[in-house]
Amino acid sequence: MAKGIKKTGIPSWKELKASPGLPDADRLEEGPVAFIECVQEIPCNPCEDVCPFGAIEVGSPITNLPKLYGKKCTGCGLCVAACPGLVIFKVHKNYTDSTSLVEFPFEYHPLPKTGKTVRCVNREGKFVVEGKVVKVRNPKQFDATPLITVEVPKKYFLEVRSIERKRWG
Amino acid sequence: MRVKHHPILGEDRRKEDATIIVDGRKIKAIAGEPIAAALMAAGIRVFRKTPKKNQPRGVFCAIGRCTDCVMTVNGIPNVRTCVTPVEDGMVIETQNGLGKWREIR
Amino acid sequence: MKKTQVAIIGAGPAGLAAAIEIARAGGEVTLLDENHKPGGQLFKQIHKFFGSGEHRAGIRGFKIGEQLLEDTEKLGVNVLLDSPVYSIFEDFVIGYTHDGREKAIQAERIILATGASENALAFPGCTLPGVMGAGAAQTMINVHRVLPGKKIIMVGSGNVGLIVSYQLLQAGADVVALIEAAPEIGGYGVHASKIRRAGVAIYTSHTIQEVIGEDSVEGAVIVGLDEEWRPIKGTEKFIEVDTVCIAVGLSPLAELAWLAGCEFAFVPSLGGHIPKHDRNMETTIKGLYVAGDLTGIEEASSAMEEGRLAGIACAESLGLYSEEKARHLKEKVWARLDALRTGPFGEKRRDAKRKLMDLMEGGADIG
Repeated sequence: MAKGIKKTGIPSWKELKASPGLPDADRLEEGPVAFIECVQEIPCNPCEDVCPFGAIEVGSPITNLPKLYGKKCTGCGLCVAACPGLVIFKVHKNYTDSTSLVEFPFEYHPLPKTGKTVRCVNREGKFVVEGKVVKVRNPKQFDATPLITVEVPKKYFLEVRSIERKRWG
Repeated sequence: MRVKHHPILGEDRRKEDATIIVDGRKIKAIAGEPIAAALMAAGIRVFRKTPKKNQPRGVFCAIGRCTDCVMTVNGIPNVRTCVTPVEDGMVIETQNGLGKWREIR
Repeated sequence: MKKTQVAIIGAGPAGLAAAIEIARAGGEVTLLDENHKPGGQLFKQIHKFFGSGEHRAGIRGFKIGEQLLEDTEKLGVNVLLDSPVYSIFEDFVIGYTHDGREKAIQAERIILATGASENALAFPGCTLPGVMGAGAAQTMINVHRVLPGKKIIMVGSGNVGLIVSYQLLQAGADVVALIEAAPEIGGYGVHASKIRRAGVAIYTSHTIQEVIGEDSVEGAVIVGLDEEWRPIKGTEKFIEVDTVCIAVGLSPLAELAWLAGCEFAFVPSLGGHIPKHDRNMETTIKGLYVAGDLTGIEEASSAMEEGRLAGIACAESLGLYSEEKARHLKEKVWARLDALRTGPFGEKRRDAKRKLMDLMEGGADIG
């Protein structure tokens, strides 16, 4: 993870921590919240436009990295579906005492079914842990960007960012 | 292989309602799709052989610019299969070299 | 002979946007395209675009294309399809063919929006069936809904290589790896992140050594490169694939601009030989305008804005807009274009375009 986005296509922890789109540690403890992993300046601001609560700020120029105002974020997930780069996630660290929820965009066919066990992967696409599909939402408003929510053991909530494309269990 | 279910484009509802004859073999195709697409869907990749060294060639640019995909269609050689639509009953032949003009009936 | 006020050659995003502007200004426009359907490469872009709301960010490319087509239809733009233009003669007489017949149309103004074509790459086995352009693979999956193969290696990590890899995964193919000769990924990190998350390995500082197969692709050998871009012995790796997609850049389709006598500049960062143009998108040939990838490889969003610019400037030159109205409209388009050309990716294009436009004032060659 040390090398960074230009070399590997994956942001390093350093790049992620430097991004203004991450919620702070306190906010992470309090319910679902957006987790914006946008680390490169490209002209783009649909996340700012779509948020109904003004919790995301890009401003001008539109190459600014999005800044998350955790206190305003309700964890509705609209930004997760709106981001053209598919790099916004929603995490709910304290879903239960031992598990967290991670919601991520998944533009593939087929979609897994709610209740199924799935193989969850990290940013490198490597399997980390099995999880349970808690919700799959694909309303017309998302324009073919379905969002999947998986329940995983708490220690993986910062790692799990998708599921394996092939096997659903 | 046809992409029947696509996460963005949805279901492919077109029917393979045309038949083309490729080197004597009957292949199902969708009327109006490019010949190259029908061949690709049927797993056919070699479209012609080069004049001097008899080497295999197939689709390269897929938009009618490079002429790598040409075949003999209904007796006419050097037809760009990636931009020529399928018609029911079309006779398509793997072209050897520069091809030969045949009388069109 | 057929006559028209403005002839636009190329009905991709730049051409369509230009046609709409001319029609809105009250001009009479004929749009010619060699293809069976308009839209150029726009209808293959099934991903959501970047930019801001006014750039239609968050909307999928093909939906933006549908909107453009609707507008051209509403405005009564005359579109000639299956009409490849083969030359521009004196007095803006355009020679084209249709249905096996030679035809001509004369215009008062011409806008060239002929786009670009994919570059090829030479290596042993590069002619085998199964080796194709990344754009070719994109056409097959997104327009014709056919998979070109099952196990794919992508060569090139610019935005085309990255996004087509993603789209191949969406179509059900297995993209085994993406290789890039440079030490860093060329395109947007967000595109790369998507495919990494889906398990696609990205090898930077690697190139294709050769592709193996009897009648078609059966495998590829990749090799590591050192800081001087030389292959490192011992780093060869065989990867079993049936398809090799080449995404090593695009070059403007500038034949008609050459034939018309436009002056060119060689600008490597924009894709090669580019017809010189000013801030109105007018070339060194008065009344001949250019827009889109023809004027430098960028993206669909900038192609549309340049098309609008050329259309407005063209309408102004025909007296359809007053100088003041045209200036006002052009300023808005320039603001949107400038917004797209910011940040580490956009800056280089902005600078190259500035130098290109300076050349019209007689500046030194860019080199």
